Amino acid sequence: MWSAWCAGEEKRVGTRTVVVGHRTVSETDAYVAQKFCDNRIVSSKYTIWNFLPKNLFEQFRRIANFYFLIIFLVQVIVDTPTSPITSGLPLFFVITVTAIKQGYEDWLRHRADNEVNKSTVFIVENAKQVQKESEKIKVGDIVEVKADETFPCDLIFLASSSVDGTCYVTTASLDGESNFKTHYAVRDTTVLCTDEAIDALTATIECEQPQPDLYKFVGRIIIYRSNQEPIARSLGPENLLLKGATLKNTKKIYGVAVYTGMETKMALNYQGKSQKRSAVEKSINAFLIVYLCILLSKATVCTTLKYVWQSNPRNDEPWYNEKTKKERETFKVLRMFTDFLSFMVLFNFIIPVSMYVTVEMQKFLGSFFISWDKEMYDEEIKEGALVNTSDLNEELGQVEFVFTDKTGTLTENSMEFIECCIDGHKYKDCISEVDGFSQTDGPLKYYGKAEKSREELFLRALCLCHTVQIKEADQVDGLIGHPECKHTYISSSPDEIALVKGAEKYGFTFLGLENDFMKIRNQKNETEMYQLLHILNFDPVRRRMSVIVRTITGKLLLFCKGADSSIFPRVQQEEIQQTKVHVDRNAMDGYRTLCVAFKELTQKEYDKIDRQLNEAKMALQDREEKMAKVFEDTEADMHLIGATAVEDRLQEQSAETIEALHAAGMKVWVLTGDKMETAKSTCYACRLFQTSTELLELTVKTVGESERKEDRLHELLLEYHKKLIQDVPKHRSGLKRSWTLSQDYGLIIDGSTLSLILNPSQDSSSSNYKNIFLQICLKCTAVLCCRMAPLQKAQIVRMVKNTKGSPITLSIGDGANDVSMILEAHVGIGIKGKEGRQAARNSDYAVPKFKHLRKLLLAHGHLYYVRIAHLVQYFFYKNLCFILPQFLYQFFCGFSQQPLYDAAYLTMYNICFTSLPILAYSLLEQHINIDTLTSDPQLYMKVSDNAMLQWRPFLYWTFLGAFEGLVFFFGVYFLFQNSSLEDNGKVFGNWTFGTIVFTVLVFTVTLKLALDTRFWTWMNHFVIWGSLAFYVFFSFFWGGVIWPFLKQQRMYFVFAHMLTSVSTWLAIILLIFISLFPEILLIVLKNIKEKNHQTGPFDLPMLVSYKRIENGYVKTEDAVTNSAERYPLRIL
Amino acid sequence: KPDNTAFKQQRLPAWQPILTAGTVLPAFFVIGLIFIPIGIGIFVTSNNIREYEIDYTGTDPSSPCNKCLNVSWDSTPPCTCTINFTLEHSFESNVFMYYGLSNFYQNHRRYVKSRDDSQLNGDNSSLLNPSKECEPYRTNEDKPIAPCGAIANSMFNDTLELYRIDNDTRTPITLIKKGIAWWTDKNVKFRNPTGDGNNLTALFQGTTKPVNWPKPVYMLDSELDNNGFINEDFIVWMRTAALPTFRKLYRLIERKNNLQPTLQAGKYSLEITYNYPVYSFDGRKRMILSTISWMGGKNPFLGIAYITVGSICFFLGVVLLIIHHKYGNRNTSADIPN
Repeated sequence: MWSAWCAGEEKRVGTRTVVVGHRTVSETDAYVAQKFCDNRIVSSKYTIWNFLPKNLFEQFRRIANFYFLIIFLVQVIVDTPTSPITSGLPLFFVITVTAIKQGYEDWLRHRADNEVNKSTVFIVENAKQVQKESEKIKVGDIVEVKADETFPCDLIFLASSSVDGTCYVTTASLDGESNFKTHYAVRDTTVLCTDEAIDALTATIECEQPQPDLYKFVGRIIIYRSNQEPIARSLGPENLLLKGATLKNTKKIYGVAVYTGMETKMALNYQGKSQKRSAVEKSINAFLIVYLCILLSKATVCTTLKYVWQSNPRNDEPWYNEKTKKERETFKVLRMFTDFLSFMVLFNFIIPVSMYVTVEMQKFLGSFFISWDKEMYDEEIKEGALVNTSDLNEELGQVEFVFTDKTGTLTENSMEFIECCIDGHKYKDCISEVDGFSQTDGPLKYYGKAEKSREELFLRALCLCHTVQIKEADQVDGLIGHPECKHTYISSSPDEIALVKGAEKYGFTFLGLENDFMKIRNQKNETEMYQLLHILNFDPVRRRMSVIVRTITGKLLLFCKGADSSIFPRVQQEEIQQTKVHVDRNAMDGYRTLCVAFKELTQKEYDKIDRQLNEAKMALQDREEKMAKVFEDTEADMHLIGATAVEDRLQEQSAETIEALHAAGMKVWVLTGDKMETAKSTCYACRLFQTSTELLELTVKTVGESERKEDRLHELLLEYHKKLIQDVPKHRSGLKRSWTLSQDYGLIIDGSTLSLILNPSQDSSSSNYKNIFLQICLKCTAVLCCRMAPLQKAQIVRMVKNTKGSPITLSIGDGANDVSMILEAHVGIGIKGKEGRQAARNSDYAVPKFKHLRKLLLAHGHLYYVRIAHLVQYFFYKNLCFILPQFLYQFFCGFSQQPLYDAAYLTMYNICFTSLPILAYSLLEQHINIDTLTSDPQLYMKVSDNAMLQWRPFLYWTFLGAFEGLVFFFGVYFLFQNSSLEDNGKVFGNWTFGTIVFTVLVFTVTLKLALDTRFWTWMNHFVIWGSLAFYVFFSFFWGGVIWPFLKQQRMYFVFAHMLTSVSTWLAIILLIFISLFPEILLIVLKNIKEKNHQTGPFDLPMLVSYKRIENGYVKTEDAVTNSAERYPLRIL
Repeated sequence: KPDNTAFKQQRLPAWQPILTAGTVLPAFFVIGLIFIPIGIGIFVTSNNIREYEIDYTGTDPSSPCNKCLNVSWDSTPPCTCTINFTLEHSFESNVFMYYGLSNFYQNHRRYVKSRDDSQLNGDNSSLLNPSKECEPYRTNEDKPIAPCGAIANSMFNDTLELYRIDNDTRTPITLIKKGIAWWTDKNVKFRNPTGDGNNLTALFQGTTKPVNWPKPVYMLDSELDNNGFINEDFIVWMRTAALPTFRKLYRLIERKNNLQPTLQAGKYSLEITYNYPVYSFDGRKRMILSTISWMGGKNPFLGIAYITVGSICFFLGVVLLIIHHKYGNRNTSADIPN
């Protein structure tokens, strides 16, 4: 409640005034303290107090629950044939189970919140540090944050331990950018870097009310000093440290809290995980409507016929069965209405309330199998798969589009220095070769040799031009440790570490930074010292970074490294050619390349640069632009020394996994922020593109940078469209996955081109091109999107998600920049990778490695889908054949709503007698072995497009249920033409009639499930035979006692008497057999037919609602024999 | 680290049956071979059951009971009629005498629930304060009705007597009226109210008879163990029938000795004290004489059903076997046992 109050819209307007350190200034004594919310983060939905009402309210908003509530209320109010308990008990059960589940999940959220809220922070109060819980921070508190700590709330940066009043911050968890960003302290408070000094500060801050934009902030700080005019300084986003960001490379900083708790920019940006609903749930709702219609029409038919039948007074009120006074006095219309309601209540079991609870339980319990799977356990990180939501298990079996991140997902994101080239000479180390080179020279294999001095210059450049830090071994920040050294390199970018290590391999070791002096050990084991003057930080626009150092001899050197495209224009043109060859080849091989350049500066030049840089850093306005300008001027006219190639190793088996996903009919799209060449080579390496794949490119390269790029783009689009769609002869229409037939096409598109398509400048015909683009995309086997911003990734996913037929999408990624697409896709999968836990936390499922996707989708997904689809169909079926005899009975009891079964049977049918077998089935069934499913991806297509929950299988099950209902009723009806069925001539009554029907019913639906079960573990045996035994036992027990709380002893010894009759036994056996006969026959027919068609040597169990493999996949002959050769299948 | 248990890894040992033509077809034959003899057995048994049925409603003007067609409950003296009939075959074993009613909705919801089982179980408080469900047959003239409810009120009260006519002499046939109700009903579910002594009249003090009954419940029979709520005719009636056309056991005719059949072929007369009006709701009344086998009364349904299903099974087995063999031979690889 308080959060709603805090974040209320009316509070957003205007400004807020923050008093730093809560020290009011004399002039502002009149100032009334504004009330801000505390620093608690609340992601949980309930508290102990509001759990019950809120949860109940939310549960009854579901149509099904509401329906059952209505039925229950009708039963309470109106005189209905069944007691309210019959529907009240299951409803209570469902509501309780769901409430427990949701309560448990909310408890987990509470725990996670507490972890954040109770973490310790240090607040400066009265010149002393006070340790507090994070949630206790109030607006105006001065907070101290140390290196590698996360900011506990949004802070205005007051003072830093570094002299120039800057600090480095990574915002990876906010926007996915893992590079360091520089923030600046308020200029007049920079020096206040002790607890005492900062405590003496008297100031107020005026700033805007919280708003979600991460990059916008406007405010000003007014600093009061004794005997001086107060100074006002403007504040911008560079002064604001955001909650969730992490302090790096700076010992400690002081800041004053301006936004806290739910008002921080992170909290405002927090995309509440929207409820994802699976396709199965949509199917359930559709079926539900059908059954609701059946129910309504049944009730209508019965009510109508009742009044037609009663129009004859002999039927309406014969002398033996007079109406009560009350009944006679009611108005006819009201009577008809209550009759209608009574029929509804009598038949309401056709809509299975227990299905919902079983589905919930199946999903909840079933998801454990994913986290238990030891094949998805990774020894390296000592973790297995994680299930964050259990609602989407079956969706894993329905995936059509896979969107994958590249770095960290397909690749390891652990960089390895592979080779370098110096002045066009290639240097590559061969680990396998133990050659005669001395260790100091490094195990180098020379392909020609550059001058020694150039070589050393290059290696020094690698050693100096970076932002790597050295940490003693024990404090590892999740980054790469080096086994041989006692120190660990730490950097925001794994590339830099790889380069430094690469240099080390060639004899130049970076020893660390001490008092602005960088120490390196050269090949002769001497220590060289360089004074670090400036770091021109990396940013994604420049795509390069530089350092300026002074050697011991006083020489001033600038080293620069960066992407080839950003270095080549800034070096002497004649030097480029020899290096470019290497760079291009390395890029083709899938390596990340960087070029290294240097230039010598004269003292004069340096002084100018130094001045400019300092000016720019101090600038109040447009600081970024000014800095960029200086960088631009500085990094010019350099000399190219060489280039490096770093391999981002593919994760193990990612190629095989992608192949399997392709074979399973999924389309794999790679969405990466990386550059095109690297991404493309990765795609080749992981076999997303084959050599036969024809590539269509929509990139800056093909479209060009010119003014006319949009026209050019449209031309290209039309051309590709013609090629892919118009010219292809129409083969069997309606086959969604028929792309395997023809030539493979791959599409490459980059971020800027994509935004051109999605957000064109002029609105005209834009949607048309978007459409054409989409059509092209859907025709391609593989699509590579490079240079994507996080938001664009989500945009692509949304675009595909909203196409016709709404295909099921899956996103997989490891970094914070993948969170948006993970949240957007139907199923979001996080890799528990090196780039932090953001993705894993926001995902629906998290796995340690990309290769685990194979088992997750092909085996788990397939099985879950089959299980739940069968469960849903089975529930509708078993309730149809449960209620149909009851409906038919109305024709023989004067439409009087007489229930056929005893109330206990009505209640227990779904709860006890038939619930456990299907639950066990839906948890344990493996109609095909897990190994077979994993090794034969094509089986995945058998359940594609929600195949088992289409109308055809639904109709099949419905007809089956109707048939069985008819058999049960009329079988017993004909048996009861002579109701003396015992060998002593005694007769049976209506309750025996109902009990026989019910017995046949329970046995038939249970045995039907037994027929469908292909995987009989001891648990299946136990629950199936146990349920039947329990039914028999219960019936004896229920009929064996005169129950004092019952008004009528209808069932007294009915069951036992029934079993003394041989005829009844024979009839029960016969009816069960007749009911199951069509199913058996169908399986056999299908089996024979399948044998006739199939060439492979495998006997797959036939599910009746299984899709024929030909459907949508025509190359069966070839494919099946192939797969049969590769994976000999053995079932049974 | 996840446990490496068979359950958690979904590798529990399991039986993985697959229904194939190879496994199902023999089953078809076996089932056919079992069902057909069973069906024949039931059919023969059912056909051997002697059953004789007389509709004595009297709707036909020529019927002797036509005069009684419009009787009411309290007609005095009771209307009686006699119907003569001839049994073509003798009834060898014990004979069961039923009465049958048609178009009588004993399974109507309002009717089914119109009873008070605790009253019938001898509960004294329910005796004097019957359940609401009994309305409108709960009280009469401010006195609680015992037994209350529509079922009890409409109890069948025709009296049927059977005579053998042998050369114009009428020999009454002994009809046994005990042993027609379920044992558990007679001994547990239905009980007379408890109190001092066995004087039922005193025990039922304060109650009144059901409206349509000529005499109160404690005067149903002269024998104490068949009087009151535990009167077997009453108990049989209280077990509501499943369908609107039904029969209920009325009397037993036991075979006297092994030399003579229970009912010889010949002429008989049925004397009816016609009290029960059914014409008003278009109902019918029947008297049924039947012998009983191990499977109960005559019912051709089960036998025919078994024979049919067995035959279909067998026939389909043959057809499928032919198909299976035809295609099975074509690619033998499919038949390699797994």
